[in-house]
Amino acid sequence: MLEAKSLSCVREDRLLFEDLNLTVAPGQIIQVEGPNGVGKTSLFRLLVGLMSPYHGQVFWQGQAILDDRERFQRALLYLGHHSGVKPELSALENVYFYQQMFEPDFQGDLYAILAQVGLVGLEDIPAAQLSAGQQRRVALARLWISTATLWILDEPFTAIDKNGVKVLEQLFVEHAKRGGMILLTTHQDLALPSDAFSKLTMVKPELDRMYSGDGL
Amino acid sequence: MWKWLHPYAKAQTSYELAGKLVPWFVAVCSISFVVGLVWGLAFAPADYQQGDSFRIIYIHVPSAIMSMGAYTSMAIAAFIGLVWQIRLADMAVAAMAPVGAVFTFIALFTGAAWGKPMWGAWWVWDARLTSELILLFLYLGVIALYNAFSDKVLAGRAAGILTLVGVVNIPIIHYSVEWWNTLHQGATITKFAKPSIDSSMLWPLLIMLLAFKAFFGALMLMRFRNEILQRECHRPWVKALVMQEK
Amino acid sequence: MSNAFYQVLRRELLTAFRRIADVFNPLWFFIIVITLFPLGVGPEPQLLMRIAPGIIWVAALLSSLLSLERLFKDDFSDGGLEQLMLSPYPLPLLVTAKMIAHWLLTGLPIILISPLIAVLLSLDLTTYWAVLLTLLIGTPVLSFIGAIGVALTVGLRKGGIILSLIMLPLCIPVLIFSTMAIDAASFNQSFVGPLAILGAMSIASITLAPFAVAAALRVSVS
Repeated sequence: MLEAKSLSCVREDRLLFEDLNLTVAPGQIIQVEGPNGVGKTSLFRLLVGLMSPYHGQVFWQGQAILDDRERFQRALLYLGHHSGVKPELSALENVYFYQQMFEPDFQGDLYAILAQVGLVGLEDIPAAQLSAGQQRRVALARLWISTATLWILDEPFTAIDKNGVKVLEQLFVEHAKRGGMILLTTHQDLALPSDAFSKLTMVKPELDRMYSGDGL
Repeated sequence: MWKWLHPYAKAQTSYELAGKLVPWFVAVCSISFVVGLVWGLAFAPADYQQGDSFRIIYIHVPSAIMSMGAYTSMAIAAFIGLVWQIRLADMAVAAMAPVGAVFTFIALFTGAAWGKPMWGAWWVWDARLTSELILLFLYLGVIALYNAFSDKVLAGRAAGILTLVGVVNIPIIHYSVEWWNTLHQGATITKFAKPSIDSSMLWPLLIMLLAFKAFFGALMLMRFRNEILQRECHRPWVKALVMQEK
Repeated sequence: MSNAFYQVLRRELLTAFRRIADVFNPLWFFIIVITLFPLGVGPEPQLLMRIAPGIIWVAALLSSLLSLERLFKDDFSDGGLEQLMLSPYPLPLLVTAKMIAHWLLTGLPIILISPLIAVLLSLDLTTYWAVLLTLLIGTPVLSFIGAIGVALTVGLRKGGIILSLIMLPLCIPVLIFSTMAIDAASFNQSFVGPLAILGAMSIASITLAPFAVAAALRVSVS
């Protein structure tokens, strides 16, 4: 279970959000939505520990994530706006690197995985020559390998076509059924079964909003 | 063990405490500055070799000592900020860096002015002047790095890391430069050897040192208060403070 | 854990070899800087031999500075750095792999072309040995200390100039001891002393720098 307790985020002396509480339980898919610049990406970066909060803490299975990064990161798969695909390397080399780094015990066939994300015949072409959507698919291929319970995906559908979105939705539902947790942002409307799916809407604080908690 | 520190880790408490301390530092500084300067410049005897020109040590030596003292204080603050994640300590680093840099510059400038009558040149590549120059570079690096970040919380942390890296390097730089060139006169005040300076000259020097320390403290606290206000401008207590002063 | 180290190292080298020009550019820069000195001060072999240690090391410093920015820049902008930070392995270990790769791609080539420098600057054999040894022991320090500077500045828009401002002063001891060793060698004296100190600095920077780099990257990425 992932818990965020009274998170506050201040960037460049501007308050993005304050006193945000969030719980993600096994089997849940949560879509975070809100207008641009409301702090969705910042929230995700706080949740995975890339940024440290101005105030508040994030807990994984009851333990603060910054206390034991390794334990948390074993259970985490995070894909940001930029997904770490090296343009010099081929699709296969990219996926192979992440498989070795994150899922060294994976025994399956990487070609089959790449086929599943629709990159048949493009395995050995440098990623720089692939389209934006295809590059995104290279990054998303990690989802099929992943044994992580918690997926935090920032705009996973960017540049992905309708068919691709459907396949991904299917995968999300399966992951949730296995007891996984998913947090994602997207501006698309998702067709997911409502029993596991919920939305979190973030709103902009007023412009001259003051931070009232005890910070620092 | 560190519980007693926690109230001071709050910005407002520190701001008020610093405000209360400033007048004391200013008072100590002004009294000792006047006493030390008059004593050193008018009453202390002239040096039998260097004549009156030695009197520049009353500025040169305290500022050189403070240039290193300021860096050490920065390193301690940076360490506290990094280990205990106290953002105020990072602010203190940022507050101290320019003050330390100015002390370093004064030490270099007075060193050069002293060098002219002594060595016959404004600048000689003597070991201690050179280390002082490199120290100035380190200060400028910290200041430049701090100013390059637009998010000042990150800026403080980055400057803190650089300060710590610098403080590990300072002894290495110091000894390498020392080895590279040993021309300078022996150190005037050392802990171990008996001071080679007469007490009639030493007392005003020590008083000037106190004055510089208090000066550093006062400047640092004032800058620290400004840093807090700027960084906390999105907090209600700062707004209340500003309204009240209008 | 050693597999993760190997994978990062392998990927670094692989990407570099796919863009081989990036490997050679700092090397050309190094040679060009060295060529400038005889053109500037005159071609007398005596004079060149006298100032050779300084020339070689200043050129090595500048060329490593030039190549350093690449160390984390690409990873920073394509999101690879975030992924390294979120992998279940200690970050200092992974950045060490990156720094070693950087040294293999910038320090090692300089050592390989060092005979050419010896010819250009009319060095005798003993001096050349000293040059070779100081480069071998000293260039890792440049890569490792430089990496701290890059890690601190990688998130900045104009990080390059600040990188040189903060890194060059920290590299002064390397410059001093290397040139001291080469100087001693050119007078046919023993140069073991400065070389040993250089070795100590090398070991210290290899063991300590990864932690500073990891801490700095956590600041830069957030």
